[in-house]
Amino acid sequence: MTYRWDFTPLLDNWQALAMGAVGTLRLFAVCLVLGLGFGLVVALARRSRWRAARWFSIGFIEFFRNTPVLVQILWFYFALPMLVPVEITPFTAAILGISLNSAAYSAEIYRAGIQSIEPGQWEAARAIGMSGLQTLRRIVLPQALRRVLPALTNRGIEIFKMTTLASVVAYIELLHQGRLIASLNFNPLEVYSVIGALFFLFLYPLVRATYALERRLARSD
Amino acid sequence: MDTPLLRLAGLDKRFGERAVFSGVDLDVKRGDRIAIIGASGSGKSTLLRCINFLEHPDAGRVILNGEPVGAERQRAGATGIRYDEGSLNRLRQRVGMVFQQFNLFPHMTALGNVMEGLVTVKRMARDDAARLGLAELARVGLADKAEAYPAHLSGGQKQRVAIARALAMEPEILLFDEPTSALDPALVGEVLDAIQTLAAEGRTMILVTHEIGFAYHMATRVLFLAEGGIYEQGTPDEVLKAPRRPLTQAFIAGHRRFSF
Ligand SMILES: Nc1ncnc2c1ncn2[C@@H]1O[C@H](COP(=O)(O)OP(=O)(O)OP(=O)(O)O)[C@@H](O)[C@H]1O
Ligand SMILES: [Mg+2]
Repeated sequence: MTYRWDFTPLLDNWQALAMGAVGTLRLFAVCLVLGLGFGLVVALARRSRWRAARWFSIGFIEFFRNTPVLVQILWFYFALPMLVPVEITPFTAAILGISLNSAAYSAEIYRAGIQSIEPGQWEAARAIGMSGLQTLRRIVLPQALRRVLPALTNRGIEIFKMTTLASVVAYIELLHQGRLIASLNFNPLEVYSVIGALFFLFLYPLVRATYALERRLARSD
Repeated sequence: MDTPLLRLAGLDKRFGERAVFSGVDLDVKRGDRIAIIGASGSGKSTLLRCINFLEHPDAGRVILNGEPVGAERQRAGATGIRYDEGSLNRLRQRVGMVFQQFNLFPHMTALGNVMEGLVTVKRMARDDAARLGLAELARVGLADKAEAYPAHLSGGQKQRVAIARALAMEPEILLFDEPTSALDPALVGEVLDAIQTLAAEGRTMILVTHEIGFAYHMATRVLFLAEGGIYEQGTPDEVLKAPRRPLTQAFIAGHRRFSF
């Protein structure tokens, strides 16, 4: 049996696909910033001198690492509004689920990076009168972030791919639009091939960009 | 004029159950160059690190220019001393430290290392800090390495950058913790020369070292640490040439065994 590939339904629906791509990129950008940003906050809380902050950090990490993102998105969308009077859009539910999960993972990455910095770096900075915060910002974090950049890149890739989970609450992203086109035109082969290729086309240049960043940061070696 | 620049009064330090030293008293006058020697584990580094509070002493006071560091306070009937971060940061600007392992900031150039304290701690404008930093690098003979990253410097050059970094803060006292112990023998000389120059400028310094010969020529006073405190002290001639107490004698004899 030879299958006759036909991409015309996809071309006819390019606007729907473009909407999906915009939705994917928008969700990715927000979750990347929130996930990796809040992850750093959680990692620093873990090192705080206040016990409550440390407990919060540990509890947060363990809770969000050990529950599926899909369940979290569904929970935020369907369950949370039953507990508190808030309106949750699919976008918000997806942001919450993906960002909080990514924050938990990236917090562990940051923590490992900070711990890997030799005590002598802290001591040298403190010995010229730098405060703990200044030492963190100027000396420890720049080195730690450089070391964990490959791991953070992996997190970023994961976040990009996790955006497809948002289709479960009918958020308009690439996979959601693809499924729609496929069900109307009975052409899953073309649709899912193209969707997969589109993800690759978006992700690969981003990953290349982080390699370039790694090389730029390596100029002090 | 008689207040010492630095006074240690009854300093105790222990790690858990293990007392490193107790009741250490020391007066350091402006221009003093004090060499601290002693066996490995006798507490030389710990004593030095208590002076700039990289370690907190368990009892006793560090007094800089007549002003005790930290504030006394009563807690649960006992008198404790509270050290707030701000006052420790100010103390550390006045007490420079050079480490055995250099501890340069690897993500900054040599000049960046020297400027860091000026910009971040002293809030100096970047151009001014760069000018001052270059002058400090020139003082240790490394003006041409300003833009080099630590990974591209030899051990001796790294240690000289570290010295410039400490000097840039214009400290009143310099602490050296075995500044040449991590170096190839061929590179020891350039670092000792740099320290010698500082000595000739009349700077106050405390130097932990295994270079007994250097201590002899450079120091105005030598302390030998043993048995949880200052076991013997005096001029270099007294302690290094004619030690009076048995542990000092054994230590010096050990160091002279292979001299020629
Ligand atoms: N952070 C620490 N925790 C526990 N014990 C420590 C710590 N730092 C030092 N010690 C112990 O305190 C004692 C004194 O150590 P210190 O490093 O001051 O000795 P030192 O005279 O500098 O020795 P060396 O010549 O080997 O550098 C040693 O027994 C050491 O094991
Ligand atoms: Mg030591």
